[in-house]
Amino acid sequence: MFYPYNTLQIWDTVGEACTELKREYDQCFNRWFAEKFLKGDRGEDPCSETFRKYQSCVQKAIKEKDIPVDGVEFMGPNKDKPES
Amino acid sequence: MVKYFCNNTDIRSTWDYVVSAFWQRYPNPFSTHVLTEDVVYREVTSNNRLLSRRLLTKTNRLPRWADRFFPSGISRCVYIIEDSIVNPVDRKLTTYTWNLNHTTLMSVEERCVFQDSTDEPDTTLLKREAWISSGIFGFSRPIQEFGLSRYKSNQVKAMKGLEYALSNLRGISLAVAGDTAPWLLSDTVKDASGKAKEAAKNLASAAAPPKTQQFI
Repeated sequence: MFYPYNTLQIWDTVGEACTELKREYDQCFNRWFAEKFLKGDRGEDPCSETFRKYQSCVQKAIKEKDIPVDGVEFMGPNKDKPES
Repeated sequence: MVKYFCNNTDIRSTWDYVVSAFWQRYPNPFSTHVLTEDVVYREVTSNNRLLSRRLLTKTNRLPRWADRFFPSGISRCVYIIEDSIVNPVDRKLTTYTWNLNHTTLMSVEERCVFQDSTDEPDTTLLKREAWISSGIFGFSRPIQEFGLSRYKSNQVKAMKGLEYALSNLRGISLAVAGDTAPWLLSDTVKDASGKAKEAAKNLASAAAPPKTQQFI
């Protein structure tokens, strides 16, 4: 079976063209998460622009590959489970 | 019939480190079966919780007897959703993970809760629960056993992957001073994992039916 991935890739994303956008976003997010979010800082999200670009790329790849993620309810299957 | 599985593990790191490492654990040397990882949704709610959805694709390693359920045209890739809620006030990370496809053959759902340990300092308690079931009439028992066995083996790999990310985070934060970012895994560390994964992918694409695995 052929996996159409760039062989030089380190960060693998479902959209081969999204690698750099994903890397940029992940770096921004990880910094914001540790330095701001976990410390209760409710300031503006510095990653919204890089997230937007990354999402635009990834959502396109998801549609192209017909991955059935649309309309799946957040934590859907958890609803019928007893409380942890 | 659904098989239920539950266990508790102590992770020898603070909750803050564990939650930070949670986002940075791919790729790692134990995750060669994970092909892609993408955040597809994220939101900070008005009560300051972080909701995220990640989409993962994994190779689907099956024993030979399961090949009959997979005519050659069917995708061997499994799509997995991981939804999570980080509550920084209660210091609780809850995740729910399940497969989107191949659900008739097997459905694996997992809930994880990461919280500060009440017994040990600087330790995080992980409570994991899994629900495994198969819809294949007449075969569901061996399939469930296989599923449970693979789930346990994946659990070990996932813990090793998380520990790997944690030890790199800790190592870097001890070694550096000044402006360097201790919360980011170094690229050289990830590069090595990336090469291991590349080798696994090349094997996967070259192989015909997957090798039989031992499930004890």
